[in-house]
Amino acid sequence: MADITLQGKTIIPGEARGRALVSHESLSFWGGYDWKTGEIIDRRHMLSGFIAKDKILAVPFTRGSSTTTAVLLEAIRARTAPAAIITTGTDFFFALASVVADELYTSPLPLIALAEGNFAQLKTDDEIQITNHGTVILFR
Amino acid sequence: MLTLSARDHDMLHGEFGPATKMAISIVARMAEVAGAKELLDITGAHIDSTVYIGEAGLEFAERLANLGAKVSVPTTLNVSGLDEHHWQEWAVPSDWARQAYRQMAAYQSMGTLPTWTCAPYQTEMRPSFGQQIAWGESNAIVFANSVLGARTERYPDLFDICCAITGRVPAIGLHLTENRAGQLLFRLVDVSEQLQQSDDFYPVLGNLIGKVSLDKIPVIDGITIRPAEDQLKAFGAGAASSGGVAMFHMIGITPEAPTLEEAFHGNAPTEAVAITMNSLREARRELTHTDSNQLHMVVLGSPHFSLAEFKRLAPMLKGKRKHPDVKFLVTSSRAMTQLAQKAGFLESLEAFGAQITVDTCILTSPMLPAEIQNLMTNSAKFAYYAPGLLGKKIAFGSLEDCINSAVAGEIIRDETLWLT
Repeated sequence: MADITLQGKTIIPGEARGRALVSHESLSFWGGYDWKTGEIIDRRHMLSGFIAKDKILAVPFTRGSSTTTAVLLEAIRARTAPAAIITTGTDFFFALASVVADELYTSPLPLIALAEGNFAQLKTDDEIQITNHGTVILFR
Repeated sequence: MLTLSARDHDMLHGEFGPATKMAISIVARMAEVAGAKELLDITGAHIDSTVYIGEAGLEFAERLANLGAKVSVPTTLNVSGLDEHHWQEWAVPSDWARQAYRQMAAYQSMGTLPTWTCAPYQTEMRPSFGQQIAWGESNAIVFANSVLGARTERYPDLFDICCAITGRVPAIGLHLTENRAGQLLFRLVDVSEQLQQSDDFYPVLGNLIGKVSLDKIPVIDGITIRPAEDQLKAFGAGAASSGGVAMFHMIGITPEAPTLEEAFHGNAPTEAVAITMNSLREARRELTHTDSNQLHMVVLGSPHFSLAEFKRLAPMLKGKRKHPDVKFLVTSSRAMTQLAQKAGFLESLEAFGAQITVDTCILTSPMLPAEIQNLMTNSAKFAYYAPGLLGKKIAFGSLEDCINSAVAGEIIRDETLWLT
């Protein structure tokens, strides 16, 4: 199979490469992400039990609690965060965690938004690379 | 393209001190991310960042505090990680308490009001119709926008304090009239007025509507009674948990929705999602995560108990005593608890064997001992988050179910209203 290159919109620039963890369901990090381990712990979520640490996490957007940002910031500091996050639109909560991580630790988390049709092509366990310019490459 | 005011530039250049410089640079970067054209003035803020999550959040708070941060608008504080005076009665580890206390102190040093409540709309800082504010805490956000007609975006932790320090927010989302129109219409079908009046109807409806609406603005038509403020609070908290609902309209009830046309700003849809007894029963079932009737603890007050709720609870407990093996906890704010005390509502709670915790929430504090495994609540928000956050089993019921279960020592629920 040929590699697939998708062009997205850079929300917070950065480079990352890793295995994908993909869900079409939104996710709240508060009550949904254990920052001590990187495990997804929302027991109603389809990714429940998966470890997102160092993965390229793809979820359409965040849901529910406004504490999602704080949990993601803890994960960035504890090095249990995903390597990058792909969404379907500009997610303010994820972006803020990344901007604050840049202020505090000069380690922003790369964020990219893909159009829904492109997002739908992502599959869990895809090897994915993302670039500073918002390009997402799926190695297949 | 973001255009900043001369004063914004002064803040960015450090003329208002290093803390304001850090705060405005975060506000301006996020305004760009969100595609804002300018920043707006606010006249109030509510800070959710007070909840101690871990070292990073504490480092952020102490960095700002050490740089001399002061808020520039009246600012209330959300729940903290501990009840300052009673945490030792619970299982809170003392090193955790120390960190949580440092975070409380950092935010208090910024000239904020130490309200320590997730229901700031129950304080004297309740915003007025049309007021521009920056609020954190999902249940408070949805209440402010929908029930009060104040204007806030869904502000996350860490950002709310930057807005409070600078007095500025990105001109986006629900701050702007054109983004406050309803987006999705729901209509009640054959839901009895008796059920509409019952307190367990609203959290269930919230859970259902949040799940379908996600981050859209739902419009609910067909409610034929006038819900009490606490019922709207329970509804919003549920909808903001199962979905990302930051605002809703209820036709004839909430202030920006006197009619269907006005709720949709003139573009009312012709089709509606039907809210039937079947869909409500399913949404109610989802809030219970246990097959057993074992009960260790009843938890009320998520969001924080209001004076009206204390008033309603007190006579329901009169002459009763909880089962010795069951704890019965009410979480509220200092202010509400003091008012309830003065009004004489707490005597029957004490006689019943109830405990009251202020300043915090069992979702944000490691206060529950390990042997407490099976909980019961009347809150959809609590039922939604408890399994993931606390790893506990939870059953949902009405206030009356919760009291009857605490007396019996096992989960019992009256299904009558939900059967027909």
